[in-house]
Amino acid sequence: MALFRSKQDVFSEDLASQIGESQTLGVQLRRMARRNKLAVASAVFLALLTLAAIFVPILSPYDPVIGDASIRLKPPSAAHWLGTDEMGRDVLTRLLYGARISLAVGVVPTLISMILGVALGVVAGYVGGMTDYILMRLADVMLAFPSLLLAMVIMYTLGGGVLNIFLALALVGWASVARVARSETISLKESEYVQAAKSIGVSGGRIIRRHILPNCLPALIVLFTLNIPSAILSESSLSFLGAGVQLPNSSWGLMVNMGRQFLYNAPWISLAPSAAIMLVVLACNFLGDGLRDALDPHLNNE
Amino acid sequence: MAREILLSARGLVKEFPAKGHKRVHAVSDVDLDIYAGETLALVGESGCGKSTLGRTLIQLIPPTAGTVTFQGHEITGLSARAFAPYRRQMQLIFQDPYASLDPRMTVHDIVAEPLVTYKLCPDKAAVTQRVRELLDAVGIPDEFLYRYPHQFSGGQRQRIGIARAIALQPRLIICDEPVSALDVSVQSQILNLLKDLQERFGLTYLFISHDLSVVRFMADRVAVMFLGRLCEVGDTKTVYERPAHPYTRFLLDAIPMADPRARETEKPLLQGEIPSPIDVPSGCRFRTRCPYATSRCRTEEPELRAVDGRLVACHAAPLDR
Amino acid sequence: MDNDLTLKIEHLSSGFFTERGYVPAVDDVSLSIGKGQVVGIVGESGCGKSMIARSVMGLLKYPGRITGGSIKLAGQELTGMSDGQLQRIRGKDMAMIFQEPMTSLNPVVPIGKQMREALLLHEKMDKISAKAEVLKMLEHVGISEPKKRYGAYPHELSGGLRQRVMIAMAMICKPKLLIADEPTTALDVTIEAQILRLIRSLSRETGMSVLLISHNLGVIAQMCDTVYVMYAGKIVEQADAYTLFDRHAHPYTKGLMDSVIDLKSNPRRLPAIGGVVPNLLHLPAGCAFSPRCPRAMDRCREERPELEELAPGHLCRCFEEGRERL
Repeated sequence: MALFRSKQDVFSEDLASQIGESQTLGVQLRRMARRNKLAVASAVFLALLTLAAIFVPILSPYDPVIGDASIRLKPPSAAHWLGTDEMGRDVLTRLLYGARISLAVGVVPTLISMILGVALGVVAGYVGGMTDYILMRLADVMLAFPSLLLAMVIMYTLGGGVLNIFLALALVGWASVARVARSETISLKESEYVQAAKSIGVSGGRIIRRHILPNCLPALIVLFTLNIPSAILSESSLSFLGAGVQLPNSSWGLMVNMGRQFLYNAPWISLAPSAAIMLVVLACNFLGDGLRDALDPHLNNE
Repeated sequence: MAREILLSARGLVKEFPAKGHKRVHAVSDVDLDIYAGETLALVGESGCGKSTLGRTLIQLIPPTAGTVTFQGHEITGLSARAFAPYRRQMQLIFQDPYASLDPRMTVHDIVAEPLVTYKLCPDKAAVTQRVRELLDAVGIPDEFLYRYPHQFSGGQRQRIGIARAIALQPRLIICDEPVSALDVSVQSQILNLLKDLQERFGLTYLFISHDLSVVRFMADRVAVMFLGRLCEVGDTKTVYERPAHPYTRFLLDAIPMADPRARETEKPLLQGEIPSPIDVPSGCRFRTRCPYATSRCRTEEPELRAVDGRLVACHAAPLDR
Repeated sequence: MDNDLTLKIEHLSSGFFTERGYVPAVDDVSLSIGKGQVVGIVGESGCGKSMIARSVMGLLKYPGRITGGSIKLAGQELTGMSDGQLQRIRGKDMAMIFQEPMTSLNPVVPIGKQMREALLLHEKMDKISAKAEVLKMLEHVGISEPKKRYGAYPHELSGGLRQRVMIAMAMICKPKLLIADEPTTALDVTIEAQILRLIRSLSRETGMSVLLISHNLGVIAQMCDTVYVMYAGKIVEQADAYTLFDRHAHPYTKGLMDSVIDLKSNPRRLPAIGGVVPNLLHLPAGCAFSPRCPRAMDRCREERPELEELAPGHLCRCFEEGRERL
C-alpha cells in the first residue's frame, strides 16, 4: 500500500492531476464520508455507543449491580427496554456499563499492540539484516500459537481482571501488526523519496519519523479498526470461558455467559449482549473497509 | 589548460549477489574523471549500469572495489560521520517526479528538508525565506509553497526536485534521467532550467540518460557505457560526429530522426539483445552483437585508449566510415 | 469508397464522468485509416490520444465513456456494440499493443499457450494446427528458436522480446487494424528501431492498417503516412507526414517540432513551449492552446477555431492570422 506510483499509472495519474484529486489524509477521509454511507453510519454508531457508555450513570435510573428482586426476569418493556435479568437488574443499563469494559478492551490492548508492533516492525524493516531476522522469527513464534489459547494461559498465570486482559491481548496482538509495519517499511524504504532523503543525508531516525511513519499511517489506521473487533471477540470468549473479567465487574462476554442458564425462559439476557458484540464488530469492520477503500491509492482511481 | 578534477574514480567495481552464487556485474573496472563546471553525460541502454555507477560515485551505494576521490580526498570507505561534509557537496535529481517527492509533505517541507537536516538556517522564518528563494530560482510561484506534490504537473514536480537538490549549494549534481518521464515541450523547459542553474551556481553535472538527443544538447563530454564498462569517452561533438566505437555508432544510427526523408536511407540496425550482466561474454562485452568482432575480441578485453582525440575501448577502432 | 477504409472515426467524443464534472478527453475527433496505411497520432500526455485507442477497442473503463460519434471498422459500426460482440472483434479484426508488454501478458501462462488462445477462440482451430501457426508467427516477428520460446513465461524474456511476443500475439489472427499505443516508449533505442522496422514490414506484407500513437516525433516521422496532431482532446492539425514536417501551419505543431533536438547543431537554449497543458475541466473560452501560444490574439482567446482545409488533406485548427506561413 505504499504510495508508490509506477509509470504505467501515468494515464490515471494524469487524470488525477487534471481533476485535482487529492491524496492528503483529510481529503481522503472527507471523500470517504461522501461516498461510503455505511462507514459513516458505523462511525456514528460507535461514537454514540461510546458516549452512552460514558454517560450511563446520568442516562439510566437503574443500578448496574443491585437489582430489584420484585422484577426478576421481566421481558423488554417501556420501563426496561431490554428486560431485566435473574437478579432484577436492568439489562440495558448493565449492557452500557459492560460496554465500558468491552470497548476499552477493544481499544486499549489494540493500541498497545499497535505501538509495540509498529515500533518493532518499522525497526526490523528499516534496519534489516540480523535485527530483522531475530524480530521476525520472534513474531513467527507468537503467530504459531493459537492466540486464544495463549491469552488463556497468560490469564490463568496472572489471574483475572481487566488490566491482565489488556496485557494478555496486547501480547497476543503485536506480531501481526509488526509484520504489516515491516512490509510497509520495506516497500517505502525502496521508494524514491526515501532514497532522495538518504541522498541528502537525512538521518535514519528522521527518515522513519518524517517519511516512513506518515506514509504507513493509512495502513495502520485500517489495521487498527480491523483489530478492535478481534480484541472484543477475544475478551468475550475469555470472559465466557471464565478466564476474563471477574464479577462483580461486567463485560458483554460475561453477560452472555451469565444469561446462558436462562436462555429458554429469558433469552434477552444473553441475546442483548450478543447482539451488541455483533453490532460493534460489524461497525468496526465496515468502518475499516471504508477507510481502506478511501486510503489505499491503488483503489482510489477505480 | 589544466582543469580542476572534481571527482575521480579509479578501478570502480560494483557487483550484486545473484541467485546460485553468481554475481551481477553492474559496474566493472571504471576509470572516470569529472571536471569542475562541466556536464559529463553517461549514456547507455537500460541495465548497462549507468544509474548504479552514478550512485556508486557519490557513495549512495558502497563500491565492491576501487576508489573515488572528491577534490583530491578519498571518499570511499569513510564512516557516515566522516562522509557527511562530502554528502552535502553531491546531490541527486531523480527520474520519476511522481515517486521522488513524499506525497504527504508540502512543497515547503520537501525543499526545507536538506536545510533543516544540516541546520543551515538559524530559525524557521529563515528556512521559509530560503525555500522561497530556491523555488523562485526554479520557477515555482510563491503561492504554491504549501501545496502537496500531487497538485503539480510532472514538470513542476521535477522543478521542486531540482530546488531540493540545489538547496545545499552542492558542487556536483547527479541527474539520473531527469527528463525522460516528461513530455517533449516540458522537457525543453527543464533542460533550459538545468543549464541556467549550472551557469548561475557553477554546478557540475553528471547527466545520466538513455536519450542521445538530450545528451547532445546538455553535455560537454559524453561517456558511453555498455554492460558495466565504458566503451567511449570524449567531447560530445567529437563522439557524435565521428563515433569511434561500433556501439556508439549503432546507438546514434538508431535514433529515429524527426524527418520523414530519413526513411529512404535505412541504416543497418544493431541485432540481438543485450547480454545478461550475470553471464558477461569473455573478452569484449560487446562482441556478441558486434559485426566487427574478431577472435582477438573473444579473448582479450579492450582497454580504454586514446584514438582520434577521445578514449575508446575497442580493438578495431578507429573504424573507417 | 468509404468501405475501403479500415477505420473511419467520425465526430468521436469520449471522456470521464468524475465528481468534479465531465472531463472531455476526446472532443469531436474524425480520423480515417485506409487499407495498409500507417496513421499516427502525436501529442503530449493527457491530450486524449490513448483515449481514442481505448474508445476504438471498446476498452474504456468506468468512469470513462463514449459520448458521441461513430467508429466504423471496415464498414461495421462499433459504438453501441455489446461487450460480447466487441469481444468477438477484438483480437480477430483489430488488436492492440501497449507501452508496457509485461502488464498485458499473463505471468503464469507460457507465451505460446497465450497466443494459441486467440486461434482456438476466433479461428476455431484445433490445438496442433494452432501451435504450428503460433510457431510460424513467432518466427515471423524475428524470435529465434520459436520452439524453445513457445513454453517460456513472460518474465523469462527481455523487454524487446516481450514486445515482439505482443506483436506476434496481436498479429496471430491477421487483424485488419493494429493499434500501437506508445509501442516503443519503454524500450531502448536500438531495440526501438528493431520493433518499428518490424511493425512497418508486417504492415507492408499483410496490408494491415496501423494506428500508431506516440509522443515521439522521430517515431512518427519514420513510420507514418498520415499524421494527426492532438492538443487538449482535439485534432489541431492533420496532414501527410511530409507536409506536416515541412509545412506545418499550427503554432502547437511548430512548438513540438522546435522541441526536437537537432543532433548536428548545438544551441545554447532549446525553444520550449511555455506554460502547462490546460486542465480539461476548465478549458479556456477560446482556442485551448491560446494561453501558451506565442502568436495568440484577442480573437483566439474568445473564439474557438474550427478545422479548416489548407490544401487537400492538410487541415489546421487555427485562425488564418495565427498560422505559420506556408
